[in-house]
Amino acid sequence: MSDTTLGLWGIPLAVLGGAIRVSTPFLFVSLGECITERSGRVNLGLEGTLVMGAMSGYGFSYLTGSPWLGVLGAGVIGSLLGALHGFICGKPRVNDIALGIAMMLLGVGLAFFLGKPLIQPTAPRLGAIPFGFFSSSAQLRSALNVNVLFVIGVALAPLLHFGLQNTRWGLVVRTVGESSEAARALGYNVNRVRLLATAAGGFLAGVGGSFLSLYYPGSWNEGLSSGQGLMAVALVIFARWSPKRCLYASLLFGGAGAIGPALQSVGITTGYYLWNAAPYALTLAILIASSSATRASADMPAELGAAR
Amino acid sequence: MSAAAVSGRQTALGVDVSGIGVKGPPRVEARAMTKQFGGNVVLDQVSLTLEPGTVHALLGENGAGKSTLVKCLMGFYQADAGELLVNGEVVAVKSPRDAQAHGIGMVYQHFTLVENMTVAENLLIARQTLPAIIDWKRELADLTAFMRRMPFHIEPTRLVRQLAAGEKQKLEILKQLYLGSRVIILDEPTSVLTPDEADEVLGLVRQMAERGELSVLIITHKFREVLAFADHVTILRRGKLVASDRVRNLTPAQMAELMVGAEPPKQSSSRTDSAPRELALELERVEADDDIGLRVLEGVTLHVRAGEIVGIAGVSGNGQDELVEVLAGQRPLRSGSVRVAGDHYRSTREHIRTRRVRLLPEAPLKNACVSHMTLAHNIAFRDYDRPPFTLLRWALRPAAFKKRAEEAIRAFRIRTPGPLSPIGQLSGGNVQRAVLARELAGEVRVLIAANPCFGLDFGAVAEIRSRIMDARNAGTAVLLISADLEEIFALSDRILVMSEGRIVHETPAQTADVREIGRHMAGHA
Repeated sequence: MSDTTLGLWGIPLAVLGGAIRVSTPFLFVSLGECITERSGRVNLGLEGTLVMGAMSGYGFSYLTGSPWLGVLGAGVIGSLLGALHGFICGKPRVNDIALGIAMMLLGVGLAFFLGKPLIQPTAPRLGAIPFGFFSSSAQLRSALNVNVLFVIGVALAPLLHFGLQNTRWGLVVRTVGESSEAARALGYNVNRVRLLATAAGGFLAGVGGSFLSLYYPGSWNEGLSSGQGLMAVALVIFARWSPKRCLYASLLFGGAGAIGPALQSVGITTGYYLWNAAPYALTLAILIASSSATRASADMPAELGAAR
Repeated sequence: MSAAAVSGRQTALGVDVSGIGVKGPPRVEARAMTKQFGGNVVLDQVSLTLEPGTVHALLGENGAGKSTLVKCLMGFYQADAGELLVNGEVVAVKSPRDAQAHGIGMVYQHFTLVENMTVAENLLIARQTLPAIIDWKRELADLTAFMRRMPFHIEPTRLVRQLAAGEKQKLEILKQLYLGSRVIILDEPTSVLTPDEADEVLGLVRQMAERGELSVLIITHKFREVLAFADHVTILRRGKLVASDRVRNLTPAQMAELMVGAEPPKQSSSRTDSAPRELALELERVEADDDIGLRVLEGVTLHVRAGEIVGIAGVSGNGQDELVEVLAGQRPLRSGSVRVAGDHYRSTREHIRTRRVRLLPEAPLKNACVSHMTLAHNIAFRDYDRPPFTLLRWALRPAAFKKRAEEAIRAFRIRTPGPLSPIGQLSGGNVQRAVLARELAGEVRVLIAANPCFGLDFGAVAEIRSRIMDARNAGTAVLLISADLEEIFALSDRILVMSEGRIVHETPAQTADVREIGRHMAGHA
């Protein structure tokens, strides 16, 4: 089978491969935000965490020579940013939305400042698993060349789902997110639980960021993130706060983001930039479709949006 | 707070709850408890003994010190003086967890259940210790076995959100038993239940006490419950112990007198008879959704005539709140129509003014006031944008606000430092008086009152009820929505029962039967 016989079949294949690539940061950030929001708090700062993760992951990988230490370093930096958000939100009369916006700008600015020296050097990158080894088609092999972080993320989604339903910490996080009053009456420290949940969310967002600089596109520069961190927050709402649905939603968003490049790969360049805007249009469409003036979602953690 | 604070009880919790019936409840004794708040003595040398296996009622008006006493027992507050004895030994209770360690647990008036979680999850999360990974199969089997030993049963896999109020109350009691409490304090346990549900829950609790499995302390102001279910009664008035005796030694009249003291309760205005008059408020097939989009009002049709009080009885959460919100303009009408004296009514500011519809919502500080604005501003909310409050229709005249407020303070006897105090600093009764003064000003065609006396003391209740009765006698059509059946019976000319978003029963108040209404409230008649 040669490349040319694939013809238009190349488009869905390229979209699939692209979906896997593009969805990985969405997946990690949305899983992280899912944990945070289930504890009753919103961290809008994850866009900043994502960019900081990308920068620090690249930096750690360059300095240590190991891309996996880069991923870990990005996660640690992310959890520190999350913990900072969680700590400040624990103070009386701090609004998590306003703080999140400040944290987002701080993260992005800090990453640009600290990342200046990292634009030139080349750091070791993450590997991929060639699931397409059986095929002689280059296109199929390329589409099925799946990065390891994506595989980890796919495993993480059901694991988090299980964790929220079947573990002590899952039950505690949900209780805190559903009713801080009940949690307090039961003797749980609401602020501490939320701080830990925000730090955990930050860790995953940092890992998601390292994917950008260490796999795809695979270098550090200031135009690396195009708002994936913010869109992932919207995606959690779309996924109705379920880790499993976060996985499907990430794939959908990733697929939408891959349409433009896929069309280009078969030579259709009309409206390339328009297709690249597909994820943003999808975000808008989904938020409109899933929102209502009179309805609040039954799946929404009750403490979210509670007047504080 | 550390989860390991009372690790000694670990074995008595959760899985091993077979202790029920094996070890009896302890004797709990409060001695000369005193508590002050900012120089204000709210509890003055009060003693109380809860004998094992008895049901003890704690009776008193709002502010008599019942909650303070109980919160001292539970470790929410530290008493300034006095001590707590469990089985004759002085114990220090610094937090509800300490109380729990002595087998004392409390069921709060506002449930502390997590609505979006299952019954099983709610029970497990209350435990002191939980395994890191929960084996749901085993836990559910244990819970089913536990429920089998209990007098009432709730399916562990159900979502709390889907439970009726009575079931939630039972679940709160089950939770205490599951945690190993042998002394259970119930705070106004029947305020959200139908009479039948109340009898069932209290009857079952009483049977457990008779078998020596439990001691129960019930905070209440309903004599009927004291007479039917309690062995012993302690009556507080203004922070002082006025009586503690066996229930059979007291009559309701004596209890009432001990509760309110020498001052006789104010006489309510009496109903004047009048011929049926024109229709003032008409609701036709009104439908509305709740916050998550589920239909809660499923075609409510009702009519109120001028000079008539129509009471809507029902268990809370059957659409009453949403009905009031629709009439107040706080919730959109899905379909159906509302007419006032034949005119279409949309609860806009313009319609409210021209149709002369007034509203007395529940929790008025939250629903009808801006708490940090002054009393004078709050009293002017209905017409602050019209003369005499404005000059040339746009400049406000502070003197006019002050004058109106002073008139209201005099006419409705509002106790306040002055017309310019923030309304949030006033007591509940005075906030309600201020709202009444605002809503009853001028000629009122329709008055909608939702639980107007909730949380007020005897004196304020009598006064507010007689204001409502006066309005009715003057020709206002009153729609009274109340969770308090006694209030419905005291005020209404006609009684409707609301259940699951529908009016399911209608009866003239004179021939109404409380049992029958209770059955309709429960949804099976």
